[in-house]
Amino acid sequence: MKGILRFGRYQMVLPFAQNDNTIMYINYESIIGLEIHVELKTKSKMFCGCYADWFGKSPNSNTCPVCLGLPGALPVTNKKAVEWCVLLGIALNCEIPEFSKFDRKNYFYPDLAKGYQISQYDKPFAINGSLEINTNQLINQSTNKPINATMKQLNNETMKKKIRIRRVHLEEDTGKLLHDVVGGKRVSLIDFNRSGVPLVEIVTEPDIRSSEEARIFLKKLYQIIRCIGISDADMEKGSLRIEPNISVRETSLRASVKQSLSAQTDIKIATSPSAPRNDTNDLPSYKVEVKNINSFSFTRKAIDFEIARHIDLLNHGETPIQETRGWDEKKGITYSQRSKEEAHDYRYFPEPDIPPIRWAESQISNFKLQIPELPNVKLARFMKDYQLSEYDAIILTDEKETAEYFEKTISLKDTPGVAGVQGFPGGGEIGIIPKTIANWIINKKADINKVSPEKLLKLIADQTQRSIIPDDELEKVIKKILLENPRAMADYKSGKENVLMFLLGQVMRGVKGKSNAEDIKQKLKLLLNLYPDV
Amino acid sequence: MKVAVIKIVTSSIIKHIAQLANLDLSDEELKSMSPQFSSILNLVSKIKKLDTTNVSETSQVTGQENVFREDEVDSKRILTQEEALSNAKNKHNGYFVVDAIFEE
Ligand SMILES: [Zn+2]
Repeated sequence: MKGILRFGRYQMVLPFAQNDNTIMYINYESIIGLEIHVELKTKSKMFCGCYADWFGKSPNSNTCPVCLGLPGALPVTNKKAVEWCVLLGIALNCEIPEFSKFDRKNYFYPDLAKGYQISQYDKPFAINGSLEINTNQLINQSTNKPINATMKQLNNETMKKKIRIRRVHLEEDTGKLLHDVVGGKRVSLIDFNRSGVPLVEIVTEPDIRSSEEARIFLKKLYQIIRCIGISDADMEKGSLRIEPNISVRETSLRASVKQSLSAQTDIKIATSPSAPRNDTNDLPSYKVEVKNINSFSFTRKAIDFEIARHIDLLNHGETPIQETRGWDEKKGITYSQRSKEEAHDYRYFPEPDIPPIRWAESQISNFKLQIPELPNVKLARFMKDYQLSEYDAIILTDEKETAEYFEKTISLKDTPGVAGVQGFPGGGEIGIIPKTIANWIINKKADINKVSPEKLLKLIADQTQRSIIPDDELEKVIKKILLENPRAMADYKSGKENVLMFLLGQVMRGVKGKSNAEDIKQKLKLLLNLYPDV
Repeated sequence: MKVAVIKIVTSSIIKHIAQLANLDLSDEELKSMSPQFSSILNLVSKIKKLDTTNVSETSQVTGQENVFREDEVDSKRILTQEEALSNAKNKHNGYFVVDAIFEE
């Protein structure tokens, strides 16, 4: 395939030339929506008192009549799970409807003990949200290829894009299936330990235009989930599972473009976007859903695989079939899962065993107060409070632990003695600014998993002190400071010796920390004595 | 919600319903069920004659709302592996066993 892959847009060079010096281009655009399932880390299951932490237990040792679907067992809703679902909804800028309920989703599959899953159909806990992501859609205009810019190169040029969230709802997880051969016969083994674990489902609108955007979105969602502390989102344990749905549409035939015969690499592409489109009215007639992917990079690969497959089909005049596909992580391909097609008639109806939920306005505003500082708020605060670039702030706020480490170091920065620099009020006086600390952490000059914030300050101070300016330059700075501070000089002469510390601080700032306290002190005293008494 | 009255339940509808209910029906059974389904639906549809002008829509009758339990493990109710498997037709190494589900 001769496609030129671009972030969010794909361009095909048709194999035929229209007439001389002209080539027709068809643009393809991928339309991607995501469904994400997240297991909550409550203590107990969604509707019974079994452990929600099912991982690693011997099979079928964490079940009860409710989560085994035994006749007559009645579910009772876990309050915390509901609250956490609402919290995530709020963190994703959703509306929280006053009224909500659970529904039965009916289908037969061996991992579903009851023959139905308790889920939410038309009254989910949260609707109509959005999540803003930073995307880098820089395209080299002359080669028409994406620029492999690192975040650092892009620096503050990241582009912002809003991905709409359709809904956030709560349901129960299923049991786990293993496939094996027992007594010469192929069988499936079922472990119901996971059955009934609270599961939040997040559904986006089809606003994502590339696998890279999907990855960025997922990363951001992951950070938010971890930040509000409702799930470990541990993908190796399958507590975060991703189902992208993908389709590709042809955007209008690009106007033909003049081609200089000799320099094909130098084709100038019309870069203005095609006519504005109404996304919701103009979706392709099909979409392909890829089930249960458990890593961001696999999601990215599965999406890219699908996009290429669809473009290939479309290029041959075919429309891809609407279907459910699985992801084969060993081969790096998707495959048709027709077995899952039959049962798409779920016959939802309201769950009669669970009364509906109605929030008072005060409860919802109370939930809002429980939201901690979210990653994007923290990022903005880091830029403002610590005068950091967006690049620095993104890296420092990427992991909660790194952000906490940074802020702990900042809080100690000006504690006397902490940096191990005697005679100084704190790190600020020897030129340690937030940016200095940020650089040390970002450039991994010290391993923050091993070095305490106190130790880091000491290391920074030591290195700062090592770079010393020559004597005559120090003298110049001291003289300048003295002339600027006649009052301080007078005070010193009249016996107020503690003014020396003030002057020392001024000099230290003047030399940007490139001297040491003792030297400055000596030189200060000397020079002070050279000036006539006032 | 508007519900269309289905006068005739065709065998293809019954086939679909049987599939959803995980039932294997013979052609004979399919054929005999068609009139049975239709007559049941017609009987039930008599409910439409009730005047519901001043009755609000609901999906439950207890009138209860917000029934929750605290997030606590109730280990007394957790079954042992033996108990959980005690009614299983087939078991193996602590698992329930069913015919292979092919993921294709
Ligand atoms: Zn249970």
